[in-house]
Formats: sequence, structure tokens, C-alpha cells
Amino acid sequence: MSAELDDLYQEVILDHNRAPRNFRALHVGRKAEGFNPLCGDRLTVFLQIDDGVIKDVAFQGSGCAISKASASLMTESIKGKRVADATRMLEQFQGMVTSSPADPVSGLGKLEVLAGVRQFPVRVKCATLAWHTLRAALESPDAVVSTE
Amino acid sequence: MDVSASGNMILDAARIRQDFPVLWQRVHDRPLVYLDNAATSQKPHAVLDRLMRYYREENANIHRGVHTLSVAATDAYDAARERVRQFINAADVREIVFVRGTTEAINLVAATYGRVHVGAGDDVVISEMEHHSNIVPWQMLCEEKGARLRVIPMTDEGELQLDGYARLLGPRTRLVAVTHVSNALGTINPIEEIVRLAHERGIPVLVDGAQAVAHMAVDMQAIGCDFYAFSGHKVFGPTGIGVLYGRASLLEAMPPYQGGGDMIRSVTFERTLYADTPQKFEAGTPNIAGVAGLDAAIAYLSDIGLDRVAAYEHELLAYATEALSQIEGLRLTGTARRKAGILSFVIADIHPHDIGTILDRAGIAIRAGHHCCQPLMARLGVPATARASLACYNTREDIDALVSSIRTAKAVFA
Repeated sequence: MSAELDDLYQEVILDHNRAPRNFRALHVGRKAEGFNPLCGDRLTVFLQIDDGVIKDVAFQGSGCAISKASASLMTESIKGKRVADATRMLEQFQGMVTSSPADPVSGLGKLEVLAGVRQFPVRVKCATLAWHTLRAALESPDAVVSTE
Repeated sequence: MDVSASGNMILDAARIRQDFPVLWQRVHDRPLVYLDNAATSQKPHAVLDRLMRYYREENANIHRGVHTLSVAATDAYDAARERVRQFINAADVREIVFVRGTTEAINLVAATYGRVHVGAGDDVVISEMEHHSNIVPWQMLCEEKGARLRVIPMTDEGELQLDGYARLLGPRTRLVAVTHVSNALGTINPIEEIVRLAHERGIPVLVDGAQAVAHMAVDMQAIGCDFYAFSGHKVFGPTGIGVLYGRASLLEAMPPYQGGGDMIRSVTFERTLYADTPQKFEAGTPNIAGVAGLDAAIAYLSDIGLDRVAAYEHELLAYATEALSQIEGLRLTGTARRKAGILSFVIADIHPHDIGTILDRAGIAIRAGHHCCQPLMARLGVPATARASLACYNTREDIDALVSSIRTAKAVFA
């Protein structure tokens, strides 16, 4: 198998795909729905925000390994963070996955495993779906976003 | 009959491959294995050369000029219409309307025949396995008119339920629109029987033939349908050209689709007299090069012979079905008794997109997604499938490469 595929399907990603974290619904707080009309991927991000802090975050839906792992890693990364910090992370993440494959990546910790998607331009949308949906949930409760 | 180098008695796919330059390339440093023919087919030299020759030697507008080039272009255009008539055995060349593709053909019928004949409280009948292009135009029409869209149910194997279909047909049914071959399942529908049941009640039938014409002989007299739509690009022709077959008596009674040049007999500011069919439905300068390319594609395919293509693909489908069935955890969606060369599948715990990406890195092109059939995916209870779709240039080696790469994908996700 190619080195690019190894970069894309790293063990951390496969693990989060197999056993996504925070894969459940929240019955308090806000939620947003995101979908990728090209492939039919669909997910819902649930947020519970108290005093500007993300107290809890979860997601549900169906999608490929990349979109599931990205959503799962996202929930782990932003839980307990201030909204402003989560927004900053979101922007940094989008910057990373849309940068050139040769560019160095830093500052995103575990999320950096998703940098492999840069070698697969058609899969970038899979990696960003959860994050687009997070942004919608942060900006307006009960929003629906599409990657198109 | 000759036995080819690959030992196949029916058809020499290795020889056919030589006619398709796009197949000679390497993708990600592996020989291209093109198994996305249901999305679009590749083009043989005959078609590429024809397009080039049209633009180099004949390019002119049709049906207007007195000059030599215009005559040549007009002749080419008209000859293509006759070729298409023969290809699908239509009764009359006036029954062949050139459009952009299957989608436009269906929209044309919805916007003309549909607008006239479908009213409030009427029914339009489609099936559970339709492509969005044979759902949405009817939905739009039904919304506009206050009509109802009724859906023929199918079995879990992907066969339409004819008893359920017959029950849907009633005094308010104005049209049946059904696919000949399912793009997502490969099912070959019993289209003659579907037409017969509708005609018994005086209901016309439109058949979406997009997935049929490149893979089996299609005969309007045998099928007996009232409209038949297909795209050039799925039958080795160029994109942007397609065909609507319509029974002459229906086309003649239908209002025009778009207004403009070439579809008129005379125009004054008070009144326009429309041209006869098919020109009535071909406003504006048509895709002349596309028509010439389609003509060459049909000539090419007819030379091979549709019966041989069908027999060859049937054998290859059987080989592929057997090979894929050996893969543990792989489930074929669409196991109808009569199938064309489409293998839609899901693999436990591996999303079709991930399969698609891993296969692409091995040079194998398949489709992963909902195949423009979201209602069908919902019926099957899957968000998406992976789909390998065959053409007469595919070989057992292509299938072996597919199987080997699916095993790689399984190893990655093990």
C-alpha cells in the first residue's frame, strides 16, 4: 500500500473510526446538523455551553472513517475548552487540512493525524464536515450546514 | 467465432481496449482499471476522430446555410438521427429528438407532455429504484399541478413488485416513468411487462434507458414504450448529447419545449408557427459535434454487436459476482435475477468512500456514494454503496485487481 494511504489511515484514525468517542446525543444545549450532499454523509453535533465553556460535546451520524474520526477527535479536543479557544482551534484545523502537503503542521496536538488528508483533496470535505457543523452549532442553535 | 488472446469466445475485450486510448494510462503508477462505466463510459478512437474531423472539416451551422460546409454539417446531423432510429428500432426518424442527455429528455417530457396531461388529483407513477433525474422532474410537476407521485415498491433483492405496480395504476394515473436498468443495483426491469400493464389501462410509459443502451439491444417496437431516454456519454459518445425517443403521435400533439431558432416554421410578432417534430423540440443551434460523435459511437458499438456485448458482460458479471461473494463481510446490494453489469456492494465497517480512496490508489476507478438514488439508499438502509460497473472493454483481470484491492482495504481496516 502507498505511503500516502498509510498517512491517511493512521492507527489513531482507524481507532476513532472503530470506536468513536462521545458518539451519543445530548438532550440539553444546542445542536447542528451537517451533511455532505455529494456523498450523503450526515452528522449532528451536540453542544452544551455554560459560561462560555464547552461543558459537553457529542456527535451522531454516519460517514466515512475520515469524517467519523475527525468528529470524534474534535469532540475530545474541544471538551472543556472556552468557546473562543474552540473557535481558534477550528480555524487552525481548517487551515491545516487545506494547506499544502509539504507545509509543516504544529499546534494541533492529536488532530495533526488528520494532516494526511491533504494528499487526498477530494477527502478534505470529509475531514471538515464535523468542524463546519461545530461552527454552525456555536453560531446558531439548531442550524443545518452543508459542505457544498 | 474467433477465440481471443484472453481465451474468450464471445468477444475480444483485449482488442477492444486498444480502441480506447484513455485506458492505456497508469494511475498512481498502476495500470488504470476503469470500473465506473455507469457514471460515464470511455470513448473509442472512432468517436475522438469523428469529433476532430467535424471541427476540422465540416463545422458549420445546420439547416440554414446554402454553403458547402453547412450542407455537410446538416447531412451529418440528419444521418445521425437515422442511425439512432435504427439503433433503437424506432418506427420513424421523426421520433428521435436530440437533447443534452437523459436528464433533459425526462425534463422535456415533464415540461411538455406532463404539463398538458397531468392535473390536480392525478397520479404519476415512478419506482423505488429511480435515479434522481427520474424522480425530481416528476416531483416538480406534481408540486406545480397538485398531482401525486406514486412509487412502485421493490423487493430486498432489487426487483420491482409487479403486483404492487398494477395496484398503483388507476383512473387518475397519467404517466408511468421507470428505469430500464437500475444504475445503483443493476436490475434489468421487465420493461415490456411494465409497459403492457400500463397500456392495458391507456397509460403512457417513459423509460429511462441511460444504463441500458450500451449493454443490450434495445428495440422500441419490442418494448412498446411511449418515451425512451438515453445519454450519449454512457454509450461511448461525447457528453452533452442525448436522445429522447417519443412516439410520433404523442410528440406531434405536445407543445414545444424551448422557443428559439430552428424550432419554428414562421414567426411574426403576433404569432409563431412551430416546426414539425422533432425540430419543434430542438430550439437553438444544437450540439452538432456531439451528434456526430454519438453517431460514430453507435456505429462503433453496432459493429461489435449488442448481443455479443450483452453476452460478454453477462459472463463477466457472473465472474465478478462469484469473486466478490468470496470476500468475507462483503454484501452485494442488488441481487435481482436479471442484472446488467453493475456490482453495488457494502463491506461491514468500511465506508464506501474509504474503499473508493484505497482502490483509487491502486489505479481502480469505482463510484462510492448514493449514486443519485437517495430514496433507494434509504430503502436499502445504507447511506451509500461502492459500485463497480462494467463495459465491454473490461476483463477478468480488471475484476481480479478489484478483488485484490478490496482485500487490501479490508486489511487496512481489520
